Amino acid sequence: MVTRLRLLDDAAWVSVDDTREAGTSEVWPVADSFCSCELTWFVAEAYVEVGADGRRVEARARGHCVTCGEAGTTDWLAVGRVTDDGFEPASGTRGSRRGSPASGCRGEC
Amino acid sequence: MPTDVERWKDEVYGEEIRGHLFEFAEAGWDAIPDEEHDAWFERFKWWGLYHQRKGQESYFMLRIGTPNGVLEPGQLETVAEVADEYARGPADNPEFGAAYCDWTTRQSIQLHWITLEDVPDIFETLEAAGLSTKQACGDSWRNIVGCPVAGKDTHEHVDAWPVAEELHETFKGDDDYANLPRKWKVSVTGCDQGCGQGDINDLAFEPAERDGELGFNVRLGGGLARKEPRFARDVDVWVPEEKVTDVAAAATELFDDYGDRENRYNARMKFLVDEWGAEKVRSVLQEEYVDWELESAGDDLREQYTYNAGGDEHGDHVGVHQQPDGNYYVGLNVLVGRMGVDDVAELAALADEYGSGEVRLTQRQNVVVTDVPEATLDDFLAEPLLENYSPDPHPFMRGSIACTGTEYCSLSIVETKNRQVRYARWLKDNVDVPEGVTDFHVHLSGCTASCAQPQIADVSLRGMKTRKDGEPVEALDVGLGGGLGEHPRFADWVEMRVPADEVPGYIRNLLEAYVAEREERDVPEDRRQRDGDAVEYETFREFVARRDEDALQGLADPEETSYEDPYMHNTKTTWYPYADEDDLDASPAPTDGSGEPLSVDD
Repeated sequence: MVTRLRLLDDAAWVSVDDTREAGTSEVWPVADSFCSCELTWFVAEAYVEVGADGRRVEARARGHCVTCGEAGTTDWLAVGRVTDDGFEPASGTRGSRRGSPASGCRGEC
Repeated sequence: MPTDVERWKDEVYGEEIRGHLFEFAEAGWDAIPDEEHDAWFERFKWWGLYHQRKGQESYFMLRIGTPNGVLEPGQLETVAEVADEYARGPADNPEFGAAYCDWTTRQSIQLHWITLEDVPDIFETLEAAGLSTKQACGDSWRNIVGCPVAGKDTHEHVDAWPVAEELHETFKGDDDYANLPRKWKVSVTGCDQGCGQGDINDLAFEPAERDGELGFNVRLGGGLARKEPRFARDVDVWVPEEKVTDVAAAATELFDDYGDRENRYNARMKFLVDEWGAEKVRSVLQEEYVDWELESAGDDLREQYTYNAGGDEHGDHVGVHQQPDGNYYVGLNVLVGRMGVDDVAELAALADEYGSGEVRLTQRQNVVVTDVPEATLDDFLAEPLLENYSPDPHPFMRGSIACTGTEYCSLSIVETKNRQVRYARWLKDNVDVPEGVTDFHVHLSGCTASCAQPQIADVSLRGMKTRKDGEPVEALDVGLGGGLGEHPRFADWVEMRVPADEVPGYIRNLLEAYVAEREERDVPEDRRQRDGDAVEYETFREFVARRDEDALQGLADPEETSYEDPYMHNTKTTWYPYADEDDLDASPAPTDGSGEPLSVDD
């Protein structure tokens, strides 16, 4: 299965198979060492990279923790999964990993 | 490796997009192959069509580029007719109704809820009136901006309107300049007040004199987007009026050749000027792009610039002003730049009845009716329409600018226009305007793209998110003290992630601090009025400029007040923020050309 992944609209959206699926502006709980907060509440201002491992779509995003203000770029975070019925956005607390997904797109495509 | 956008542009771009657009219009929205949506939506921008955001699939924003903001007699009437017939969507806006026009900060016009199926008829109607959407968006020459009263202004140094007109005629539709690495924004200023806002454009022509001859100095690499604001850099070039088009062509070719096509983040001219420096830009321009000796910069007029310069001389074009021919132009305030179609039609009729029929758009989202004779001026000013679009508005109404926001825009993080309307009304009703302040600019931009030009306002508001009472809410970063003039200055970002419902309270507290702490100073003798008043207050911009970051942060706190904000939830995850049922699942989009919902599986 080939999934078309792009960053669109000044990297405000992850496009999955030509549909805007994951946008910036949401506040995500992130269990990570992004900042010194026990749980980071991360607001994504722009995506930096998007990639896929099989059906799992991941992205790195630039933004900051709305609690402490720490700004930067995340490691790879899940943004959703491609299912037989379409894209299913990630929910709940997100973990991160440093390794890159198998396929990806860096910067606005 | 070329980006997808560059690859798509290589395949089809510029004028040739029109044929495809019309084929899709004939066949219907769902004729666009699913796997080609991203490519076609990117290309359609060149013809002024932006696909609206998630939840509004199959609907487009349509932008009409009006060079220098000039709408010739009859054109505004056509715009009103098009908006009335085609810019109606499945839900109304609670402040502005079912159909409206937006005047933008680049002197253009935006309509929403346009369907692909209607595009051929819309283009035919607009083009019959001499209007076009060509290159209103996309990677090419955008709408050329300038002093909105060029040719009608007593402060004029050079009449910039014929210059802007020639640039428009030359660079719109020329295949050699149709596909640039990124957008290319150009400004031409002819007056001595700086109304063209050249400092925030990729290419700026500003009035200057050399060896007694009037012409323009050239600046390159300005822009506000992406938290990377730059003022255009002086490249030490002066051009006489007859060479402006040649220099513009040379600068565009330089950008075409050297702009970064592999990284769209880095593609704007400002980054090339950062990398090279002004001196190298000039030498490459000289050596590779012109076949005559460029002249060094002439004497500019920047020390006379009063437009958005922080004082109260000339913050905008609102009000009644005499033209050199003895007639008057009347600038009318349009709160957040949006007018209902009935009001637009009425404005067109009044311009025809009292003036020459010409109407102009300003970079502060306002309108100017020109050529009103003195004999009928009072009758015009007494027209009921001017009660809502006043030539003498309250300072908080006058200073308000807002971008499109999450109502339609994919980039925005927060709701903007309706919120800014509510802010302005609340401030007017609840906050005393400090003595001596006639102009106070509050610009609200939904994201870092900065379409509302927040960095050059007294109070800059930029969309953000935060958590309040455990819930994510819409918020704004707040900056202070930006503006243009001889010494342009970007706002200092002072308060971050302020919940949107606490911003009006913050502005109230801020102005109270300004009133309490501002300094008095002697008025220079040449500026004293006949009443002998020899003392004045420092301007808000000066007040901000002489404080460091800590002092600015200590000036005021955000605060809840009687202001109520109905848009605190994540408006970007609605299909339309003002719909009764606003969940994405309740969206009727995509629809066919007649508004009937299409199954996504069709």
